[in-house]
Amino acid sequence: MIRVRAPFLPALLVVLAVVAALPLAVNNNSLREELFLMFMLITLASSINIIMGYTGYVSFGHIVFFGLGGYFAFYLMQNFNAHFLVAALAGAIPASAIALVIGVPILRLRGAYFALATIGINEAMRTAINNFEPFGGAVGMFFNFSVYDTYGGARNAALLAYGVMVVVALATVTTSYLIRRSKFGLSLMAIREDQDVAMVVGIDPARAKVVAYVISSFFPALAGATFFFKNGIIEPGVAFDLLRSIESLVMCVLGGTGTVAGPIVGAALYEWLRGFLITTPALANFQLFLAGLLLLVVVLFVTAGLVGWLRNRYPVLRAYIQ
Amino acid sequence: MILQVDAVTVRFGGLVACDAATFAVEEGEILGLIGPNGAGKTTLFNAINGVHRPRSGRIVFRREEITGLRPFQVARRGVARAYQVVRPLNDLSVIANVTVGACFGRENLSLRAARTVAEEVLASLGLADKAEVAAGKLNVAQKKRLELGRALAARPALLLADEVLAGLNPQEVSAMLAVFRSLRERGVTVIMIEHLMHAVMNVCDRVVVLDYGKKIAEGSPQVVSSDPKVVEAYLGDPKAAQRFLEEAT
Repeated sequence: MIRVRAPFLPALLVVLAVVAALPLAVNNNSLREELFLMFMLITLASSINIIMGYTGYVSFGHIVFFGLGGYFAFYLMQNFNAHFLVAALAGAIPASAIALVIGVPILRLRGAYFALATIGINEAMRTAINNFEPFGGAVGMFFNFSVYDTYGGARNAALLAYGVMVVVALATVTTSYLIRRSKFGLSLMAIREDQDVAMVVGIDPARAKVVAYVISSFFPALAGATFFFKNGIIEPGVAFDLLRSIESLVMCVLGGTGTVAGPIVGAALYEWLRGFLITTPALANFQLFLAGLLLLVVVLFVTAGLVGWLRNRYPVLRAYIQ
Repeated sequence: MILQVDAVTVRFGGLVACDAATFAVEEGEILGLIGPNGAGKTTLFNAINGVHRPRSGRIVFRREEITGLRPFQVARRGVARAYQVVRPLNDLSVIANVTVGACFGRENLSLRAARTVAEEVLASLGLADKAEVAAGKLNVAQKKRLELGRALAARPALLLADEVLAGLNPQEVSAMLAVFRSLRERGVTVIMIEHLMHAVMNVCDRVVVLDYGKKIAEGSPQVVSSDPKVVEAYLGDPKAAQRFLEEAT
C-alpha cells in the first residue's frame, strides 16, 4: 500500500502515451478513431472506479455526467463561440456541481438503492433535456461546420479532440493513482469495507463519499465535452446512453475494481473483444450475448477481475501493478 | 475525571436499553463494565461514542459535553472502540486496518507516520508477520487482536473494549491482560465490558454493574462480586446467589 517504490505510475503513463502516439506516427486515421474511443472508455471506467472500486458505491448511471459535460460545453461553443478548451472546462465544472448537489442526498443510500437512484437520475436528466428547448429538446444540437474553422478545419479539430481525450485519460489515471495511495483513498476503502467502523475510527463518511463522487464526475464530463465537440452533434439518447454506462461498469469489473490498472486493462480488453466480435462474420450477431456471457464468467469465477486475480495469484506483482 | 455518564437513557421503541445510567471514570483507571446479557452494556458504549443518541442524560468527556456528537467526532476527541463481534476491514491488509486506526483518530497522522505507528502496534500484539495478509484471512484470535490493534493505533485517551477476551484461550487471555496492564502504565483510560470474571478481578480497578439498563452496583471488583444483588442479577435467584457465594469462598 505505501511501502512500494516501483515506478508504477510513470511506467503506466509512458505506456499509454506511446500507444496514444502510435496513430500519429504511422498516420493511421482509423486507428486514431479507435484509440479516441478507447481513451474515452479508460476515462469513464477509471472514473467509475473511484466511486465504485474504492468507495464501494456502484454508480450505475454515471454516464449522466458525460452527457451533462457534453451538453454544457456544446451549448457554450454554439451560442457563445467559446473556444473548445474553455467550454470543456466551463462545462465540466457545473456538471461536477450537479454531482455535489445530488451526491449529498443519494450517497446516504446504500447498496442497490444507490445504484437504482443513479439510474433514475440519468433517466430523469435525459427526459428533462428532451424537453429543454435551449438545448434543442429531443433533436439536440449540431454544429455548423464553420465552427471548426477556429481550429484550422475539421481535421485539425479532430486531432485536437484526440489530444485532449488522451490528456483527460492520463489525468484520470493519475488522479485515480494518487487517490489510491493517499490517506483520502484509505478512508474511501475503509468506507467500502465497513462504513460504521470507518465512522467509529474517525472518518466522516458522508463528506468523503461526496468528495469522491464529485471527483469521479469531473473527468466523464470533460470526456463528454470532447466527444461531442468532435462529433458535432449532441442528442439526449447518445449523451445519456445507459448502455454505455453499463459497459463502463463491465470494463471495471473485467479488469478489476479497486485497482488503478484494472479499468484500463478492462477498457482495452473490452474494446478489442468487441472489435473482434463485430468483424468476425460468424460471431457478429452474438456480440452483446458473448459480452454478457463474459461478464457472467468474470463475476462468477474471477470476482477480483483480471488485475485483481493476477495480484492475488502472484503476490510479487503487488509491488508492480497497483 | 475523564468521562462522566450522567443519567443516560437510551430507548429502542418501548425497550429501555439504558435506564438513567450514571457513573464516572477516573483518568488512567481500568473500569470494568459487567452485567448479564442484555443489560445494556454495549448500548452504553454506543451512546458514549455517538452511534446511538441518548433519549436523555449527558455524557461529558474531558470537560466537554459530547452527547449527540457523531461517532467520527467522538473518535477525533480521543475515544476508540474495539468491537465485541470483530469487524476487520476484510479486503484490506492487516497493516492497512491498523493504519486506518492511526490515521483518522485523535492524532490525525499522515499516512507515513500512521504506518510507523501501525507497525509498532502490530509488533506489540504479535501480528507483525501477518502485516501484509488480508484481514479477512486471519483466525478469530488474530482478528480479536487486530480489532484491539486498530483501536490502540489511534492512541486513544479512552478505550472502549467490548469483550475483547471472549473466545480466546487461556494463554491468549493472559497475553491480552498484559496488553491492558501496559495501557494503564501509559496512562490510557479503559472501560472494558467483560464476562470473564477472573480477568475483571485481575486488571480492573473498579467495576460498574448494569442490569436491565440500570446501575445496580459499583466498587472494587472484590466488593462487587460478593454483592448479593449482583450475583442475583446473574443467577436470577437470591437463594442460588447465596449458595454460589458460599461455594466460591
